[in-house]
Amino acid sequence: MKAPKFNYIKAETRQQALELLDQLGEEGRILAGGQSLMPTLNMRLSQPGTLIDINKVSGLGGITLEGNVVRIGAMTRHVEVANSPIIAEHLPLIAEAMQHVAHHAVRNRGTIGGSIALADPAAEMPACVLALGATLVVESVKGRREIAAEDYFKGLYETAREANELLVEILIPVEKLGDVSVFLELAQRHGDFAMAGLACVARVSNKTFEDLRLVYFGSEDKPTLGTGAIAAVVGRTWSADCKEAAANALANDLDPMTNLQGSAAMKLHLQKVLTGRALDAAIERAGAA
Amino acid sequence: MNEATLEISLTVNGEQITKTVPVRQHLVDFLRNELGFTGSHLGCEHGVCGACSVRVDDAVVRGCLMLAVQADGANVVTVEGLTETGEIADLQKNFVERNAMQCGYCTPGMLITAAELLHDPKPVSREEIRGHLSGNFCRCTGYHAIVDAVETTINKRLEEG
Ligand SMILES: Cc1cc2nc3c(=O)[nH]c(=O)nc-3n(C[C@H](O)[C@H](O)[C@H](O)COP(=O)(O)OP(=O)(O)OC[C@H]3O[C@@H](n4cnc5c(N)ncnc54)[C@H](O)[C@@H]3O)c2cc1C
Ligand code: FES
Ligand code: FES
Repeated sequence: MKAPKFNYIKAETRQQALELLDQLGEEGRILAGGQSLMPTLNMRLSQPGTLIDINKVSGLGGITLEGNVVRIGAMTRHVEVANSPIIAEHLPLIAEAMQHVAHHAVRNRGTIGGSIALADPAAEMPACVLALGATLVVESVKGRREIAAEDYFKGLYETAREANELLVEILIPVEKLGDVSVFLELAQRHGDFAMAGLACVARVSNKTFEDLRLVYFGSEDKPTLGTGAIAAVVGRTWSADCKEAAANALANDLDPMTNLQGSAAMKLHLQKVLTGRALDAAIERAGAA
Repeated sequence: MNEATLEISLTVNGEQITKTVPVRQHLVDFLRNELGFTGSHLGCEHGVCGACSVRVDDAVVRGCLMLAVQADGANVVTVEGLTETGEIADLQKNFVERNAMQCGYCTPGMLITAAELLHDPKPVSREEIRGHLSGNFCRCTGYHAIVDAVETTINKRLEEG
């Protein structure tokens, strides 16, 4: 189908984008990579009054290492994140996850900021930023605000960002020396949205998880920390029993939604299987390091 | 609401073009309906099938997910342009030889996407070729012949240096 009528403004500066967002309120909609917004327009699932295109606004892109923090501008395209040496070295979880984000042509346009602003429950980047304890930086005409990833994802496509706020950058602490990370996902076709998946960051010593974060996506309405599964594993020597305990605990952590990607029961099963695989892989990676 | 329009200037297949377009028109409708470049196809119009793939400033994109007004100032190349410059003549020949198209609907998108692997050819596995083409649907061939044609072209280019 064809997009409905709308007005289009190409913002020249960040300030102009912020002013437009403020003036237009719910009627204004940011156009970043367009890889999620354009499909909803073409299918007439959304009808914004005005698109505010931020593709030509300078200073919203780029990946830099600042001390122990990697700063990623909101307009950084998936392809740049996937090819970044800084990401490969300091945020291997994200490097691994990027292989699952969409297809080649979609990655050439889609942005990390768009992905986190949208908060699709099956998207990879929201899970990664939650697993890594990132900070999301938003800005409005009234100023800048930092939101911890834990406080940012509220529900299905719902975030702590206000309608007049622009997501401007993502600040991610580098993965600590000695930590390992594992990213696993199951999708119907490579690059499609996940049926189930998880992001795992761990500190392992003597086959024992000393510290662990497991963030699940694709099954819940938002990226979700598996607190029960984590508690079942931390401090115990990794074993088949331990794996089973984690899987059992997960049933209380998750409340999967049934959707086109699978039933709730299947998703819970897949998440349990992925948990075992991810923890096995973490032990193996820690051993190899 | 009135139809909002804007004037854009861009290069399409080497030719400088200035036109006024509705802001809601996507790039492929502009290329097909305004300029007559019907090589870019529309399958799903929501980003899933890849039939609409075009090259914008050296990167392959979904032509149905980009507005024509966003191509203002850009260099756009369609399968017609790629054919004219001879850039993918060997790939096209191998598609024909290997029978890598049947109805041909997906073919322009496949060619443009595969062309990215040919710029600076490196040895790639069939798995990697499939990964690279994973965003392009073909409802006829079953993909095997397409992967064959791409693989043959890459290997030939590597051999010839
Ligand atoms: C076939 C296909 C497969 C895909 N597969 C995946 C996948 O496997 N995993 C995945 O994660 N994604 C996938 N995507 C989506 C893709 O990654 C999108 O690029 C991404 O989700 C949104 O980024 P965007 O820059 O395109 O945002 P847009 O589509 O431009 O915007 C999305 C929403 O976020 C808002 N927004 C964007 N940027 C900002 C900002 N800086 N501040 C405030 N609001 C903003 C917009 O107003 C809009 O509401 C897929 C897309 C397609 C078409
Ligand atoms: S028509 Fe653009 S992806 Fe299907
Ligand atoms: S040849 Fe018919 S869709 Fe590919």
